[in-house]
Amino acid sequence: MSTHARPRIGEQHCQECLVSIGPERIREEFPTLWTKVHGKPLVYLDNAATTQKPRSVIEALTRYYTEENSNVHRGVHLLSQVATQAYESGRTKVRQFVNAAHDREIIFTRGTTEGINLVAQTYGRRALRAGDEVLISAMEHHSNIVPWQMICEEKGAALKVIPMNDAGELLLEEYRRLLTDRTKLVAVTHVSNALGTVNPIQDVIALAHGRGIPVLVDGAQAVSHMPVDVRELDCDFYAFSGHKLFGPTGIGILYGKAYLLEAMPPYQGGGDMISAVTFEKTIYNTLPYKFEAGTPHIAGVIGLAAAIEYVERVGRNQIAAYEADLLAYGTEILTAVPGLRLIGTARDKAGVLSFVLDGIHAHDVGTILDLEGVAVRAGHHCAMPVMKRFGLPATARASLAFYNTRADLDALAKGLHKVREVFA
Amino acid sequence: MSDLRELYQQVILDHYKRPRNFKKLDGATRQAEGNNPLCGDQITVYLHMDGDLIRDISFEGAGCAISQSAASLMTTVLKGKTKAEAGALFEKFHEMVTGGENAVDPMELGKLAVFCGVKEFPVRVKCASLPWHTMRAALEGQNGSVSTE
Ligand SMILES: Cc1ncc(COP(=O)(O)O)c(C=O)c1O
Repeated sequence: MSTHARPRIGEQHCQECLVSIGPERIREEFPTLWTKVHGKPLVYLDNAATTQKPRSVIEALTRYYTEENSNVHRGVHLLSQVATQAYESGRTKVRQFVNAAHDREIIFTRGTTEGINLVAQTYGRRALRAGDEVLISAMEHHSNIVPWQMICEEKGAALKVIPMNDAGELLLEEYRRLLTDRTKLVAVTHVSNALGTVNPIQDVIALAHGRGIPVLVDGAQAVSHMPVDVRELDCDFYAFSGHKLFGPTGIGILYGKAYLLEAMPPYQGGGDMISAVTFEKTIYNTLPYKFEAGTPHIAGVIGLAAAIEYVERVGRNQIAAYEADLLAYGTEILTAVPGLRLIGTARDKAGVLSFVLDGIHAHDVGTILDLEGVAVRAGHHCAMPVMKRFGLPATARASLAFYNTRADLDALAKGLHKVREVFA
Repeated sequence: MSDLRELYQQVILDHYKRPRNFKKLDGATRQAEGNNPLCGDQITVYLHMDGDLIRDISFEGAGCAISQSAASLMTTVLKGKTKAEAGALFEKFHEMVTGGENAVDPMELGKLAVFCGVKEFPVRVKCASLPWHTMRAALEGQNGSVSTE
């Protein structure tokens, strides 16, 4: 694999349409997309699991480790100052990316999962009493179910679930009924990883706020597909993962409204989260450091900042428009495959084509597609209650990013015909 | 395509589409349930034991072609075998699908040799071995459930 010295997209501040940049130019930037699997060119359609990384992210990581490596918020020496500067400007970049009001509302975590656990273990532990309720939806990822189950069990509180219809759309009337004086928090996904549903999250938030209930949004599957503005949404917490946004693994973000974060106890204790320690008493640091105990994932933040820059150069509105077209095309050609049933047919969808083939298990579909070079996920997608809701053991799932093309979806359809041939 | 045909041999597809001994066994003396949580494969194995002899065996379940055909073929070879023979066969089968150190001559495995392609697919080994783990749990009288995770 050679490295090229082609101009990068967007270096000329390109805000024009993604399609005019050309998918080929974009694919150039993602070295993993050039690999072959089983002797076939990789067709990567597992972006909901994790996304590939553009060269600018890989280079940012290399640069940090080769030229700037040092700890943050500690040294008086130059490199430590450089690292601290890079780390904190990463926070500013994230703040701008989600349009939060203050840098201190951006907490770095390991990922979406840790962000949700943080809120459950701090906000949840303070707010919940026996008999209280936490409200989630029927399409949550396990990481937005289990942390609530754990704290509810500890507190004698109950977990309630907003149901969905057969298309995979939340039932807002039911939701309205489930909001009561006992509800202490609503935690709902922005986009479903198993079905692709884009939830009417603004309505979900407004209805909860009407009763003074805060809302956590799981944004893991949203940020790579569409613009997200936490102030416009008015969500109280918003959690997402760097690795699903073309950045490194091990870095995530929890946005929280400052007044809520201020009132919450720390999550973990250690270095960085304190301002003074004696054996009798510790004075906690201010936001956001109160929630960032220990040496953080400095390289992760730097890589994530590079990923965000990349996404902004491509343009989030452009990404959304391009992917909408791709999803419509994928829906059309998959629907034409005999015996194929799409799971998740909400009117508003992003990035995900989940499906089953008559009489053929998803795992077999996944194996045969893999041999054709087509990478999809087969299984329950960490959303076993969703599978149960649809009465399925598993689905196969193709999930999109802006570097995918119609040709990728054609390869998927061709692969599915091969699957049917094998089982004919 | 050659890998593909090696994994999905006609015998395997045939047993997947028309599983043998697919029923709840009347007069079963033992049974066990097995799950592969990763992909949702699920199997119940029923045994009718006569001392150490497997007088009859059947299964029920749902899952991928590999797990279901492995269960079906297993029931056809184990009927009339002793507990010790079944255990020895499982060892050999396991060696073959995992590509273990003690290379097994597929001939020793008779019709079970159709699963030799599985060793090229590490993520599918669990599918092929689930019915066998479940059978062994039933043999050893651990009524309950086994899991590949
Ligand atoms: C909707 C949703 N929420 C949460 C997560 C968990 O993200 P992570 O594993 O990065 O913490 C995922 C990842 O699959 C997801 O799709």
